[in-house]
Amino acid sequence: MDYSILQQCMHCGMCLPTCPTYVETKHERNSPRGRIALMRAIADGEMNVSRSFGDEMYYCLGCLACVTACPAGVNYVELFEAARADVEQSKVLENPQRSFWRWLTLEIFFMKPRLLRAAGVLLRCYQQCGLEWLARTLRLIWLLPGNLRKLEPQTPRMSDKFSNALIDEVEWPRGEVKHRVALLTGCVQDLAFSDINRDTADVLLANGCEVVTPRVQFCCGSLHAHNGAPHLAAELARKQIDMIDPESVDAIITNAGGCGSHLKHYSNLLGGDPAYSERARLWDSKVKDIHEWLVTTGFRKPAAGCGMSEVTYHESCHLCHGQKITRQPRAILNAIPGLRVIELNESNWCCGSAGIYNITQPEESARLLTRKLDNVERTHAPAVATSNPGCHLQLAFGLRNRIQSMCRTVTQPVSMLAAAYRGEPTNEGQHDSR
Amino acid sequence: MNSHGSFLQSIAASLAPERVLTQKEDLIPYSFDGTAALKQRPLCVVFPLDTAEVSACVKLCAEHRVPVVTRGSGTGLSGGSVPVADCVVLCLVKLDKILELDTRNLTLRAQCGVITKEIDDAAAQHGLFYPPDPGSMKISTIGGNVAENSGGLRGLKYGVTRDYVMGMTVVLPDGCVATLGNKCVKDVAGYSLKDLFIGSEGTLGIITEVLLKLLPRPVARRTMLALYDSMEAAARTVSAIIAARIIPCTLEFLDRMTVGCVESYAKIGLPTDVEALLLMETDGHPAAVDDEAAQMVEIARQNGAREIKMASDEAEGARLASARRNAFSALARVKPTTILEDVTVPRSELATMVKFIAETAARHRLQIGTFGHMGDGNLHPTFLTNERDHEEMVRVELALEEIVGHTIALGGTITGEHGVGLAKKMFLRQQLGDASFELLRLVKNAIDPTAILNPGKIFD
Ligand SMILES: Cc1cc2nc3c(=O)[nH]c(=O)nc-3n(C[C@H](O)[C@H](O)[C@H](O)COP(=O)(O)OP(=O)(O)OC[C@H]3O[C@@H](n4cnc5c(N)ncnc54)[C@H](O)[C@@H]3O)c2cc1C
Ligand code: SF4
Ligand code: SF4
Repeated sequence: MDYSILQQCMHCGMCLPTCPTYVETKHERNSPRGRIALMRAIADGEMNVSRSFGDEMYYCLGCLACVTACPAGVNYVELFEAARADVEQSKVLENPQRSFWRWLTLEIFFMKPRLLRAAGVLLRCYQQCGLEWLARTLRLIWLLPGNLRKLEPQTPRMSDKFSNALIDEVEWPRGEVKHRVALLTGCVQDLAFSDINRDTADVLLANGCEVVTPRVQFCCGSLHAHNGAPHLAAELARKQIDMIDPESVDAIITNAGGCGSHLKHYSNLLGGDPAYSERARLWDSKVKDIHEWLVTTGFRKPAAGCGMSEVTYHESCHLCHGQKITRQPRAILNAIPGLRVIELNESNWCCGSAGIYNITQPEESARLLTRKLDNVERTHAPAVATSNPGCHLQLAFGLRNRIQSMCRTVTQPVSMLAAAYRGEPTNEGQHDSR
Repeated sequence: MNSHGSFLQSIAASLAPERVLTQKEDLIPYSFDGTAALKQRPLCVVFPLDTAEVSACVKLCAEHRVPVVTRGSGTGLSGGSVPVADCVVLCLVKLDKILELDTRNLTLRAQCGVITKEIDDAAAQHGLFYPPDPGSMKISTIGGNVAENSGGLRGLKYGVTRDYVMGMTVVLPDGCVATLGNKCVKDVAGYSLKDLFIGSEGTLGIITEVLLKLLPRPVARRTMLALYDSMEAAARTVSAIIAARIIPCTLEFLDRMTVGCVESYAKIGLPTDVEALLLMETDGHPAAVDDEAAQMVEIARQNGAREIKMASDEAEGARLASARRNAFSALARVKPTTILEDVTVPRSELATMVKFIAETAARHRLQIGTFGHMGDGNLHPTFLTNERDHEEMVRVELALEEIVGHTIALGGTITGEHGVGLAKKMFLRQQLGDASFELLRLVKNAIDPTAILNPGKIFD
C-alpha cells in the first residue's frame, strides 16, 4: 500500500455525504475516511488484515463518489485496489465456494475470451430454445445452488449475434476519413449489448472515423483489478496493448464507463515493466470514452429525432467519478432534435450494480436500486439512458420488477444518437461494407 | 478492564446492541476528527436516537465514571471530538430529524445530528434562509455547529451560528435534561444560559435539539472578483466599502501563494503574479444589489485594483466564486499534511497580519498559503507540510507560536471559528489573561464537577 496516498487523506470528512454505504449506516468504518483509516492502521502495524477488514473492503462499492468529493485529491482507486489485493493475498475471506467462483470467473471466463463467448452461446441457446421457460415452469431452477438461483432472473439476455457478427474488422465512413480509431467491444457489452457496439460503430462512421474492431478481444481487466487480482489485470493489460498498437490509431474508443475508467490507467499496472511502460503511457493517452471523443472532435448534430421525446440520464459511476465525464453524454442527448432531457435527481449516485456488487452484496445493491428507480420515477420520463452495461442491466432488471413505473425503456446515449442519424432523410446507410 | 466489561454490558442493554461498537475495526475510524496528527482510540462508540437515550447514556457514564466525548460528523479542526483514553464516543448523527418549521415565527426546530445544509435546504423550500454556511456544511451537524459556534463565508453581514440559536435542549453531565430559550425574540428571564452552551465544545452539556431563527431568503445576488498588486490595497478596498455603508455578504481573499495553487489546480485563468484576490458578493433586493455592486466595483478601482470582473448572471458568479471555493482543495493537494489555522485579527490589522504570516513562512522555510474572510478579519493560514518530517514539524510549531503571538499582540484571537479543543489550548491562558481563564474554569467546575464531559478539551 502506498503510504503517501494514505497520508494524503486529512480526514476532513467531506467525502462522507457522497458515500452510499456511509449514508446507509452512518458508521465511519463504512465511509471512505474510515476505510482509509483502517488501511492506514494496517500500514502502521496497529492491526492486521482481518476478516472484518476484508468484509469492509467488499462492502465498499468502488463507486468512487468519494474521489469526486475529496478536496485533497486522495487517489482512492489505488487504495481500494491495493486493499482488496491485500485481502485476497491474506486469504481472510477464503472458503471453498468463494474460491471456486473466483477461479471460474477471474481466471477462466474473463481471461479466455473464446471460452466466454462459447459460454455466451450456450446461455443463448438455453434462453432461446425454450429450456429457460421449461426450467422456470418446472421450477428446475430450484436445483441450482442458492446464490445462483437468486441470480438466475438477473442473468443478462444474450444478444442474438455478438459484436463480431455485427461489425466488420475494418469499416470506412462514406466520405473523407478524418480519424482512424479502434473500437473496444467489452465482455458483457459484447455478449448482452452487441447492438450498442454496432450503434457505437455507426456513430463513429457518421463522424468520419475509420473503425477498426479486432476480432477476439480480451477483457480490459477492470474486474480483476477491482477484485484483488492485480497480476491478472496486468496480464490482460499487456494482451490489450498487443492486440491494438496505440501508435496505429488516433484513439481507442470504449463505450462502457466501467471499462474506460480502468483502461485509462494501464501505466499504473505496467509502469514497472520496461517492455510495456512506454506503450502503456501512450495507450492511456489514446483511450477515449465515446462521449468524450464525440464532443472533443465536434460531432455532427443529427437532422432527425430518435423516436423518443423524453429521457432522463443516469450517470455510470466510473464515467462521472472515475473519468469525470458528465457534460458530454448530456451534450449528445441535447443535440438530438425533439428530445427533452429531464435531469435525474442524484444522477451520479450509484445504482448498486457496481461490477459484481449485486452478486456479492445483494441487499445493499437492492436498496440502491430502489433509491435510483424512485428518483427515475419522479422524472416521469418514459426512458432512462445510461452508458455502462452493468448499470444498464441493473436498471432493466429493476424496471422489469416495477410494472407500475412509467419508465419502460433503458437505452444509451450512443444508441439514441445512432437512431437519430439513421432517421435522417438522406441516409442510405453510413458505410460501405454493410 | 473488568469495570469496563460491566459498563459495556449495561450500555449495550440500555441501547440496542447494534448501536454500541466495540470492535477494533469499528473503533479505529473514530480515533480522530478533521484535525491533523491527533488520534486516540475510544473504549466504545454509541449511537443514541433521541434525548432520552442520550440522557440514559450520560447517566450510565456518570455512574461508572467513564468520560464522554460527544461527536457530530467529526469535521472539527481543533480536536474537539478526538477521543480521550477509555472514553465513550457519543455519536449523535442518528438524531437526524427536522422536527418543525414554523413559518409564522420563522423558526426551525431540529435534532442535533441534522446536517447543516439540510437545514438551509428545508428553509429554502419555504423561501426562508439559514445563513451560517461553514465550508463543511454538506456534512457538519447543526449540533457540532452550535458547540463550535461555527462561522462561514457570510459572517460579515449575517453573523455566526450564535446569532441564529433561539433555544436548545441540553443533557447535563448528570443526565438531567434542560430546555433553554424559546421562540420569543425578546427574553430576559434569568441568565442567557443557552449562550453558555454555544461554543462550549461538548464540555458542558450535550445539545440534543436546537431551535433556530430563519430569515427571508434574499432574492438577488451579485458576484465580483478583484485582483490587486498588494494586500494593503485589497484591505483598503474593504474598509472603503464598509465606510460607504455597504455590508456585502461575502468579502473573501486569497494571498499570492493560494492564488498560485488554485490556478495550477483548477486552471481558471487567474494571473499568478497578483498579491491578493478579493471575492465580493452582495445580496438582497435586486435594485439595491445592482446599485451596491456598481459602487463596489468603483471603490475597488479607486483603491488600485488591477482588474475587476463582475458576473452577469448566477452561472458566471459561480465561476468567479470557484476561485475561492477551490482554495482549500488546491492547497490540500500540494503536500501530504494540511494544517488549517484560523487566527483572527481586527479587520484593520488584516493586511499587516497576512504580511507577517508570509514573512514567518519564509523565515522558517515553510509553505503557508493564507486565505479567509477579509470582512471579519478571520484568516486561514494553511500549512502545507508532512507530519512524518519531524524536523519540519518543529519549524511548523515555531511558526505557529509566532503567528499566534503576533495575533494576540494585534488585539486578535487565537481562533475565530474552529474552537480551542486540543489544538489551541496551550495558547488560551495567554489569550484570555489569568482572571478570565480562571472564570472559564469556574464555570466548567460548577456545571461538570467530575469532569466527565470531554475532559482535557479547551483546558486541562
Ligand atoms: C473542510 C472543512 C471546512 C470547514 N469550514 C469551516 C468554516 O467555514 N467555519 C467553521 O466555523 N468551521 C469550519 N470547519 C470546522 C468544522 O466543520 C465545524 O467546527 C463544525 O461545526 C463541526 O461540526 P461536526 O458535526 O463535524 O462536529 P464535531 O467535529 O464532531 O464536533 C465538534 C465539537 O463539538 C462537540 N459537539 C458536537 N456535537 C455536539 C452536540 N450535539 N452537543 C455538544 N457538543 C457537541 C464535540 O464534542 C466537539 O468538541 C471546517 C472543517 C472542515 C473539515
Ligand atoms: S474527503 Fe478526502 S481527505 Fe477528506 S476524509 Fe475523505 S478521503 Fe480523506
Ligand atoms: S468507492 Fe463509493 S462506497 Fe467506496 S468508499 Fe468511495 S464513495 Fe464509499
